[in-house]
Amino acid sequence: MHEWALAQAVVYTAIEYQRKEKLREIVELEIKIGELQQIDREIFEFALKEIVQLKKMTGMRVRVEKEEAILKCRVCGYQWSFADSMKRLSGEQAEFIHFLPEVIHIHSRCPQCKSPDFEIVKGRGVKITAIKGIK
Amino acid sequence: MNIDPRLNIIKERLRDVRRVVAISGGKGGIGKSSVASIGALILSKSGYRVGLLDLDFWGPSLDTILGIENIFPREEKGIIPPEIFAIKFISIIYYAGERPLPLRGADISNAIVELLAITQWGSLDFLIIDMPPGMGDATLDIIRLVKKVEFLIVTTQSKVVLETVEKMLRMLKDLKVPILGIIENMKITNSPFVKDWAKKFDVSFLGEINFDKNLETSIGNVDKLLETNFAHSLKKIMRF
Repeated sequence: MHEWALAQAVVYTAIEYQRKEKLREIVELEIKIGELQQIDREIFEFALKEIVQLKKMTGMRVRVEKEEAILKCRVCGYQWSFADSMKRLSGEQAEFIHFLPEVIHIHSRCPQCKSPDFEIVKGRGVKITAIKGIK
Repeated sequence: MNIDPRLNIIKERLRDVRRVVAISGGKGGIGKSSVASIGALILSKSGYRVGLLDLDFWGPSLDTILGIENIFPREEKGIIPPEIFAIKFISIIYYAGERPLPLRGADISNAIVELLAITQWGSLDFLIIDMPPGMGDATLDIIRLVKKVEFLIVTTQSKVVLETVEKMLRMLKDLKVPILGIIENMKITNSPFVKDWAKKFDVSFLGEINFDKNLETSIGNVDKLLETNFAHSLKKIMRF
């Protein structure tokens, strides 16, 4: 239930945004979940629903989208999708990346030059891409 | 819009932590990790509720100093730190093991934010953070994200170390970050140089720890560590 902690962070951020922007209500929230963190979408959405109810924000519609994880080698410039690396990972390695996506630098290499010096271009973890509210 | 929601939950995660103390210093190899780990042990033995966080991702060593192995956090609405010697302990070793972790600045920041956002510390009297050397990402992130942090600076009497510590003190003072004081470690002469030097910066000189040649052979054994001259001196500094 690591997903619960991230869902809680999303709802707390919406509350903070509502306070800062002096909104009467938040009506919509858009979230992207990066493929790299391998979040269980079902658990994440269930946790979101629970916390939204707990915080009495039931008027808020939440849209969750998956974002493809793209990696780019800083040495040779090669770009690839995490989905390709994922096929070569053991269950344990994938689980460690789920907890802390940065450990991918231990378990993956650039497919072209084998360097561990690559950038996570997109699709790392959870981010909020839009918040709509009423003043 | 691109908001990182993790940043807003860190305060909540540390809500029931009374004090957060970052053990820092300018250089590597000056005893920060020894002060952090043995300090945490002393606090825990004195009945305080203690958490210990190793943020030295390139060279995590608290597990080696305390002889910690075969433990792993439990997953429950985040991660629950395993307790050892009555200390709640979080380190990157759980996920990286003994393998080298080649991380650049942005990745280090992201990993720190993740650990702070998902770790459920619960109620603590002290959260001790072992910082990596210098004023890089980890130091800036802890100052940015943990508003109640206090820094404890470890130094030796070496001019090479003091030069960097001076820069660190200046930065902390500029940013108005509370500094608990300075501990002089690995003291090999009776010179009061560091004590006098600290006065220049209006920072408390907390005490000194003589170079302890038995510390190395006690690594990995908590009972032996607590019997070292290092631990006895640190206990005095901490007023226990």
